[in-house]
Amino acid sequence: MSLAIVNGHLLDPSHDVDTKRDLFIDDDGFVVAVGMAPDGFQADKTLDVSGKIVCPGLVDLRARPREPGLEYKATIESETAAAVSAGITTMVCPPDTMPVIDTPAMAQMIQHRAWRFGMTFIHPLGALTRELAGTQLADMEALDEAGCVGFSNALQPLTDTLVLRRAMEYAASFDYTVFLHSEDPWLQADGCVHEGEVGTRLGLTGIPEAAETVAVARDLALIEQTSVRAHFCQLSSARAIDMIREAQDRGLAVSADTTAHHLHLTEHDIGFFNTQCHVRPPLRSQRDRDALRSALKEGVVSAICSDHQPHEADAKLAPFSISEPGVSGLETLLPLTLKLVDEGSIDLTQAIALLTSEPANIISVDTGHLGEGATADICIFDPEVIWTLTDEYFVSRGHNSPFIGWEFRGQVTHTLVGGRLVFER
Amino acid sequence: MTEDLQFDSAGRLRHLLTIEGLKRQTVTDILDTAESFISVGEREIKKVPLLRGKTVVNMFFEASTRTRTTFEIAAKRLSADVINFNIGASSTNKGETLLDTVNNLEAMHTDLFVVRHINSGAAYLVAKHVPPHVAIVNAGDGRHAHPTQALLDAFTIRHYKKDFTRLKIAIVGDILHSRVARSLIHVLGILGVPEIRVIAPKTLLPMNVEKLGVHAYHNMYEGLEDVDAVVMLRLQRERMLGALIPSEQEYFNLFGLTEEKLGVAKDDAIIMHPGPMNRGLEIDSSVADSERAVILPQVSNGIAVRMAVMAMVMGNQAQAGERKA
Repeated sequence: MSLAIVNGHLLDPSHDVDTKRDLFIDDDGFVVAVGMAPDGFQADKTLDVSGKIVCPGLVDLRARPREPGLEYKATIESETAAAVSAGITTMVCPPDTMPVIDTPAMAQMIQHRAWRFGMTFIHPLGALTRELAGTQLADMEALDEAGCVGFSNALQPLTDTLVLRRAMEYAASFDYTVFLHSEDPWLQADGCVHEGEVGTRLGLTGIPEAAETVAVARDLALIEQTSVRAHFCQLSSARAIDMIREAQDRGLAVSADTTAHHLHLTEHDIGFFNTQCHVRPPLRSQRDRDALRSALKEGVVSAICSDHQPHEADAKLAPFSISEPGVSGLETLLPLTLKLVDEGSIDLTQAIALLTSEPANIISVDTGHLGEGATADICIFDPEVIWTLTDEYFVSRGHNSPFIGWEFRGQVTHTLVGGRLVFER
Repeated sequence: MTEDLQFDSAGRLRHLLTIEGLKRQTVTDILDTAESFISVGEREIKKVPLLRGKTVVNMFFEASTRTRTTFEIAAKRLSADVINFNIGASSTNKGETLLDTVNNLEAMHTDLFVVRHINSGAAYLVAKHVPPHVAIVNAGDGRHAHPTQALLDAFTIRHYKKDFTRLKIAIVGDILHSRVARSLIHVLGILGVPEIRVIAPKTLLPMNVEKLGVHAYHNMYEGLEDVDAVVMLRLQRERMLGALIPSEQEYFNLFGLTEEKLGVAKDDAIIMHPGPMNRGLEIDSSVADSERAVILPQVSNGIAVRMAVMAMVMGNQAQAGERKA
């Protein structure tokens, strides 16, 4: 079905477009023209989106649909539906599913399941080591062939530095990107909050900033040695940001992301044991949060992700340290990013780039832009709607969010995947 | 947020979960009430009828002898019916969650739960999920708080020293793992103690401990100088394993309380310990048994203070219930 999206404000950062412009999409789901309809173009359907912003569909670099393995928390069906309701058309799934994504069959199964429901695309990350055990390399070429967009050991620490070096060398040989969660497992110990004022007051075991910086330093040394392209996932501390900036200045091929919740919350939001603020890495100090925001503006951190981890209610109904970490974040990804614009941390174009073209570049997937010939993955939102996040709002099976009760400005009204309208509010 | 969880809408204490946030008047009221209960224990009939017909459940998810016993005696002296549940931390791992356990006991029409749990924040979690007529008293949660211990320490200090606003008080030992220390620091601050010191190696002090309003020392002779009271904390013998201290001998040499180190304190300084003591590890026997040690009076005071706390939260709950009816 061909489609015309008219009267909207097109925001397409990778083509420097930020103006009122119409979009024309052909039967096959590609953008055929921007601005003027091509000769003879007949739209089967016209969407009049005046007053709204039309941007590329959002690319979420880290979201766990919980399938396979934890279907009692959520499924690919439920979470891809939640994703499109939030304008997300592409998401990347870390390999720590159960079983682990260390075989082509697993990688294909996840993509196939997502494709079957016809909502958001899921691109898997392959395991860097078999079963994430940190001893033997996974079959990277076969996983790449099966659609993996990079390799990661997820949250499992790779303590053997020789294995990590070999994994990086091997990945570099074939130009694969390695995704790193840098956290020193010994310093992390059994911590559950930032090691600081709040952890001290509440008597909760802290995770020092050094758990991150020690691991980032080690990883950077090996990246330099092996010349691998690497992406640092969910950095949480100001000092780690400084280290990444310095590495980028020296010309290393490193990128970094952070999560929407780390850009808004600090350790103080834990208050009196609010388990919705139990996340990993932990929420750190105000200084760290401010540094993450500046890093977005500077471009040191080039993507914001949801780090979506839906949970059943019981997972958070436990004493803080034994509650399960994570936020159900898909549906607050765009709202929290728009809040950064309202608060003056970044401008709207940059905000959209951090959610679309930049993360698409990191995984080298052809999405996140809306030029002629692009796949019509599109997010349309009303920038002026003011709404409040409630428990009932969630499409995701996980309602675990520290942002319930927050007021947001800007809400998704339409989502298109491959030219098909898959969500409309 | 849950900040106000322990107060009702009129600002009265309905649960005791932490010392943090209590007003000086509330603390003083508890201490004054406890004072009036001291005599109950000295009578022939050691009972008052304040909690007659009420059911108190001691829910201990972590081993305890003296705290549980003093809560039990306190409840019985208030004429309550008392049930003890000693639920080892292991049984919660068998599948039943903390809240399931609480809900089951609540279904038996419990009026007050005394909760001890191995995890910080457990008492908050329970208080958040019980019906409004049920009161919670925190008997120690992880490393977070042990409010009745802090109150009985404050009661003991007041008994011997009268005026809090001129005191220097030192807390010695494993502050990092100590809920007693955290609660005591808060209560002394609320009562206006101008100088609170903590003495320990850095491995046993939490990060940013100064933010709690204390001065940190790593040397006993400096830290104990001129103090009016010394609170010694128990050192778990397994702390050597986590590389927190090298050996018991070295710890005792540096931080064990001896007559010699005590020489720099005020002549009339009192010595306290929440128990159970490790003689020869954190405290020398001659000090523990000396006249200045008020460790046993702490235990008897503990009963009166716990009576006061239970009477107060149940009284406030009852008033809330009447208003609703």
